[in-house]
Amino acid sequence: MKLDSKIPDGPLSEKWDRHRFELGLVNPANKKKFEIIVVGTGLAGASASATLAELGYEVKTFCIQDTPRRAHSIAAQGGINAAKNYQNDGDSIWRLFYDTIKGGDFRSREANVYRLAQVSNGIIDQCVAQGVPFAREFGGQLANRSFGGAQVSRTFYARGQTGQQLLLGAYGALSRQIAAKKIRLFTRRDMLDLVVIDGKARGIIVRNLVSGKLEKHSADALVLATGGYGNSFYLSTNAMASNVSAAFASYKKGALFANPCLTQIHPTCIPVKGTYQSKLTLMSESLRNDGRVWVPKIPEDKRLPAQIPESERDYYLEEKYPGFGNLVPRDVASRNAKHQCDIGKGVGDTQLAVYLDFKDAIKRDGHDAITRKYGNLFEMYEKIMAQDPYETPMMIYPAVHYTMGGLWVDYNLMSTIPGLFVLGEANFSDHGSNRLGASALMQGLADGYFIIPYTIGSYLAEASHDKVDEDHKEFNTSYNEVEARIEKLISIKGKRTVDNFHRELGNILWEYCGMSRNNNGLKKAKKLIKDLRAEYWENVLVGGSEYDFNQSLERAWRVADFLQFGELMVTDALERQESCGGHFNENYQTDENEALRDDKLFCHVSAWEYRGNSRKPKLHKEPLKFENVELTQRSYK
Amino acid sequence: MKQASGEKCINLKLKVWRQKAEESNGRLESFKAENISKDMSFLEMLDVVNEEIILSGKDPIALDHDCREGICGSCGAMVNGRAHGPEKGTTLCQLHMRHFSNGDTVVIEPWRSRAFKVVKDLVVDRSAFDKIIQAGGYISVNTGGAPDGNAIPVPQEVAEKAMDAAECIGCGACAAACPNASAMLFTGAKISQFALLPQGHPEAKKRALAMVGEMDKQGFGNCTNEKECEAECPKGISIINIARMNREFLKSSILS
Ligand SMILES: Cc1cc2nc3c(=O)[nH]c(=O)nc-3n(C[C@H](O)[C@H](O)[C@H](O)COP(=O)(O)OP(=O)(O)OC[C@H]3O[C@@H](n4cnc5c(N)ncnc54)[C@H](O)[C@@H]3O)c2cc1C
Ligand code: FES
Repeated sequence: MKLDSKIPDGPLSEKWDRHRFELGLVNPANKKKFEIIVVGTGLAGASASATLAELGYEVKTFCIQDTPRRAHSIAAQGGINAAKNYQNDGDSIWRLFYDTIKGGDFRSREANVYRLAQVSNGIIDQCVAQGVPFAREFGGQLANRSFGGAQVSRTFYARGQTGQQLLLGAYGALSRQIAAKKIRLFTRRDMLDLVVIDGKARGIIVRNLVSGKLEKHSADALVLATGGYGNSFYLSTNAMASNVSAAFASYKKGALFANPCLTQIHPTCIPVKGTYQSKLTLMSESLRNDGRVWVPKIPEDKRLPAQIPESERDYYLEEKYPGFGNLVPRDVASRNAKHQCDIGKGVGDTQLAVYLDFKDAIKRDGHDAITRKYGNLFEMYEKIMAQDPYETPMMIYPAVHYTMGGLWVDYNLMSTIPGLFVLGEANFSDHGSNRLGASALMQGLADGYFIIPYTIGSYLAEASHDKVDEDHKEFNTSYNEVEARIEKLISIKGKRTVDNFHRELGNILWEYCGMSRNNNGLKKAKKLIKDLRAEYWENVLVGGSEYDFNQSLERAWRVADFLQFGELMVTDALERQESCGGHFNENYQTDENEALRDDKLFCHVSAWEYRGNSRKPKLHKEPLKFENVELTQRSYK
Repeated sequence: MKQASGEKCINLKLKVWRQKAEESNGRLESFKAENISKDMSFLEMLDVVNEEIILSGKDPIALDHDCREGICGSCGAMVNGRAHGPEKGTTLCQLHMRHFSNGDTVVIEPWRSRAFKVVKDLVVDRSAFDKIIQAGGYISVNTGGAPDGNAIPVPQEVAEKAMDAAECIGCGACAAACPNASAMLFTGAKISQFALLPQGHPEAKKRALAMVGEMDKQGFGNCTNEKECEAECPKGISIINIARMNREFLKSSILS
């Protein structure tokens, strides 16, 4: 298989325009003849569904939750980037492009990232027109804040609930098309398999989560917008239902999986408290605009923060990175926090935390100004920690947050299976080995509102295939396989619960494939995961029954996939013998402990091909060509 | 992973509503929740109970939840008769066990509202809310062709008020807490958001009529000013929004 990224020729700034001109078009009268399945109603899936329906396609949209509005995107807090340069502080499409490429540690495609920066401005306009209540200046203009990895203020926000407001905007657009009968909505459905016929993606098998019954759905093309796989780690900031299963099923049907080892550990989350913990809570990165990160200068200092005088505090980020200070990119901030705790300077009961202090900001701007910016975050913190961050510094620690890896897609966002398009966090495309804050919302909406409507049209214009029947033998084969796997899971009736296995997998990945990695650890993890998976299929205990509303079974299916996928993450991490962004292999670091890339050997996307459960997946490399930016050692000094 | 020191644990008696499916009869079933750390969230407490139920070979308690940080609106139940439990301005997932005492009996029941049917145990069908939004809870703009975001200035205080209304998470606590099972707070919040913002004005008339009409059609009751909705709303959405909705509705009715 040869990976063809289909990047158009020509100068960077003209590629997308030229490509749009060259893409085939579907005659308006013909659009209603095409059925498109969209799986997922997060920012990517909701925006895609609405826009495709507006264009005239027949859309069927699926999600796990009881309503599209509850997709994981709802939880995004801090903001969304765009190159508007409303602040007149030197921003431009080029700068947003450059910051994103550099922030991603030069492991993403120039052409994709440039396009992302180009369409970013249209996203803000679209969302404003939908009535998204973005924060405003006194004069009524849109307000901005800064985010990590950038020195300009380009982030648009709606208090600490930006994802909620953007998603509700897209959900409104989706609802409008449901009312217009252009979208048929299927909630409480779990996609368990992809159906491929004559080499093309033609349908899905879903489980109706209320009745437990399996259903077959066919289409002319499919859009997968099922989010990221951060929950492989058990504890993460992702919503509980976030999973890898839809992407993994596609991988097993021939879609290559790109860069699975590239995960993002976010520096500002509420620390882990006990073993019962079910998920971790993010404290938006926007807090680093005003909060100052510090630890005591002397290790093992057990005094309360208020008792530690200014001169005995180590503001290590400001110290080490005077240029960016507390606003260094996430991977850098996280590794530094871990390092401080590793050398005994961590704070709190577990000593796995650092302070994020608002004292100076409150003194400078006043209590009210801080409430306006971060009120809901402070409240959330207080609810969980029973401490008031207006009075005492927050305690934070890094946690798994986002996955840069995902299904491999070309410039058209099509996977290696013709007719299967992948959007949002589920694809690998734009963030290289580290995503900058406020860029995921931008990417999800770029993919859904502004890219897929063009590229899927071209595919449909050129695809000359007949309608398929849901009784086609491939549908039946898939259906039977899914049914057998469910029956198997239910029938094991072992001694350990699904969550118990998941927690153990999470510990292995966090320990050996988390913030820093080394070859011995990774090899060990591979073996541990294999053994755990073997035990799972002999000893898991799933509660409840098959044809019922059964949340234990839902999780059992997902954890079975995480267990297999975890091994792929580790395999990929072992293969990438360099450090870049979120992938930090201890063997490869600069004198100052920064990630040391190897551009000779690893300036590529690693895309993995499934070859059966017992064979090692095959690695395909897509070389990354940099024609417009110079590869440099990232520096945030 | 080190366990936090000084962890205090409590024991509780739970009475949980069990109902196999919409058409089945339900009843309260008792469970013990033991060694519950006060740092746990209410849902983590239920996780512990469910793990035990699974290990004993029984059917775990069904409950919608997803974000576990108070924003998706999935979770929710009546806890000792209060929507989302005893704490003000808190969703069930954000309610922590430190608000309970050793030996407490905790009764957990699903949302009660004519328009929300029980799916299973604590899970209810809230698709009636989606229907209300589909009736007009949006601004009709297609993708593409929107003017520059700064083309229409929106005064800060207006944007802030619109945001106050837009914060609704669609959890259903308002309708569940209301003696009349009214959805006026939910509907009023959406109508208000768009009534306040200039972008919403062109369709204001049509929107108020359509959304209110759909709300009635879905079987939600009327507002008799009980204010339970505002008291139980985890996001503190104000009943000012109901007044604003009534104004919008009246304006539209007179004009049409
Ligand atoms: C706490 C938090 C805060 C964040 N804050 C920011 C921020 O401020 N700025 C920013 O840019 N990014 C932020 N991010 C990242 C960003 O929110 C996500 O990357 C983004 O929202 C993902 O959107 P998505 O549309 O790709 O997928 P999601 O929103 O994850 O949606 C996935 C959809 O797919 C459906 N689905 C999944 N699996 C299946 C299946 N098997 N069958 C059927 N349906 C399925 C789900 O039901 C859901 O509808 C944050 C992330 C977290 C966790
Ligand atoms: S689980 Fe999302 S609000 Fe409670």
